Amino acid sequence: MIEQTLFYIAAAVLVFAASAVITVRNPVVAALTLVLCFFCNAAIWLLLEAEFLAIVLVLVYVGAVMVLFLFVVMMLDINIAELRKGFSGFLPIGVTVALIMVISMVLVLASGYFAGPEYVPLKHAAEYSNTRELGLLLYSEYLYPFEIAGAILLVAIVAAIALTHRRAKNNKSPAPGTQVAVKREDRIRLVKMKTEQQS
Amino acid sequence: MFEFIRQQLWTPLINFMVPEAYQGYALLTLDALTKVIVVLVCVLTAFAYTTYAERRIIGLIQLRLGPNRVGFFGFHTFGLAQPLADGVKAIFKEIIIPTGANKTLFIIAPVLSLGPALAAWAVIPFSEGMVLADINAGLLYVIALTSLAVYGIIIAGWASNSKYAFLGAMRSAAQIVAYEIAMGFALVGVLVASGSLNLGDIVRAQSGSVLNWFWLPLLPLFLVYYISGVAETNRAPFDVVEGETEIVAGYQVEYSGMHFAIFFMAEYANMILVSTLTAIMFWGGWLSPFQGVPVLGEPHILWLLAKAAFFLYLFLWIRATFPRYRYDQIMRLGWKVFIPITIVWIVVVAGLVVSHIPPWFN
Repeated sequence: MIEQTLFYIAAAVLVFAASAVITVRNPVVAALTLVLCFFCNAAIWLLLEAEFLAIVLVLVYVGAVMVLFLFVVMMLDINIAELRKGFSGFLPIGVTVALIMVISMVLVLASGYFAGPEYVPLKHAAEYSNTRELGLLLYSEYLYPFEIAGAILLVAIVAAIALTHRRAKNNKSPAPGTQVAVKREDRIRLVKMKTEQQS
Repeated sequence: MFEFIRQQLWTPLINFMVPEAYQGYALLTLDALTKVIVVLVCVLTAFAYTTYAERRIIGLIQLRLGPNRVGFFGFHTFGLAQPLADGVKAIFKEIIIPTGANKTLFIIAPVLSLGPALAAWAVIPFSEGMVLADINAGLLYVIALTSLAVYGIIIAGWASNSKYAFLGAMRSAAQIVAYEIAMGFALVGVLVASGSLNLGDIVRAQSGSVLNWFWLPLLPLFLVYYISGVAETNRAPFDVVEGETEIVAGYQVEYSGMHFAIFFMAEYANMILVSTLTAIMFWGGWLSPFQGVPVLGEPHILWLLAKAAFFLYLFLWIRATFPRYRYDQIMRLGWKVFIPITIVWIVVVAGLVVSHIPPWFN
């Protein structure tokens, strides 16, 4: 009973927030409603006893990805009037594309391919650890897919950095390593000399 | 005490107001509520007296007196009523919303920064069995919630419609993302060493003597975690987010009254949280340093509080001692020093665990 109520609350907020993401005018508010989406999603996953995935969703997407997203969105100077200029011109094309998408999704989802038997998630005892089970599966049965996915992600990170990293031509920023290594002798020269006579 | 509240307060109330079928649920909820309120009151009192302790201790370090006037009933009592006076003052100040500010976001920003700081206390075990929610993924939950603290700051900076506030928010976003990674990796080391994500199990895995606590096998991770904690809470010497000399007060420059006080509350709640977590994960939590000795060797909540108080004191000591970091050096420390150290030490810890090195992992 309580679980169902929680599910419907989370699902309702999720749908509301998801539609707000694309309808809200202010891009920062849109990004924040996307954050709310992730939270509701995490709540639904928690109800499925997938606490590891739920917390990781919050940790990775809300805690890191969306922060960087907001970081970028906040620095953009977006002119909403400019963006909305050709709205009526593009409306027919947009509606057509959306309709085709909806029809194809309905056709695919209603085809019976995804129906399968009625699935009720198993209830587990209190000491059942979702994290542990996931770890055991990932590092035994699905080890190769997991490692391959990891390698692909690593290549993607290296490629992204290699493609975008440009050193500014006239960069005069100091290298902290050399600054830390500086000794007194490098900077100060003590000169011994006799006192000069005033003429 | 909880038993007393349940029998004297909640049971009559529920019998009076709730229909028969839902009384079990209601009692459960109200029991949890009692515990939550007790923890929150303790944390907020600790917050109030941490501000007082900070001003007194830094005063003494700098050979001043600090606040020593405001007391109870006409006595000075070392200025112990100072936090109350500050609170009353903050409540009665006008809240000014700048022109062009995004009003909704401006108002919810302090709430967003305080919320995660308080919610993280749900999984903190204070003593054996003394925890609000004994969940299996406790450590992950703590990491996730500490990573949310940045939202309050960047939303505050953006919604203020002020360049200083915005610069502070940008600095804070970059800094928190950088140190969060090092912090997360340091906690991966704890996870590998203890074999559990449950904070209570992490403490139990450290039982033995002082040498069994994780500070010794995880020494680099302990240092990285604590320093990253100082950076994550935007405390000196990493407080360029507020950097008075450059950007006035950073993200909170447009805030006044209780709004401003709530940002402080969040900062101090986070400080206390980082201190407590350091005590739990690296210094044996509620375990006694004299295990085996008759009375002194008993595990007790007082040990946890004493350890947390020590790390809290370190925060103040560090603030009074070190000058502020330069921003590029903060970034360098986070990305180029801490993250490599943690990655190397995770491998080392994994080696220690796999080869069952005594006295920690036999």
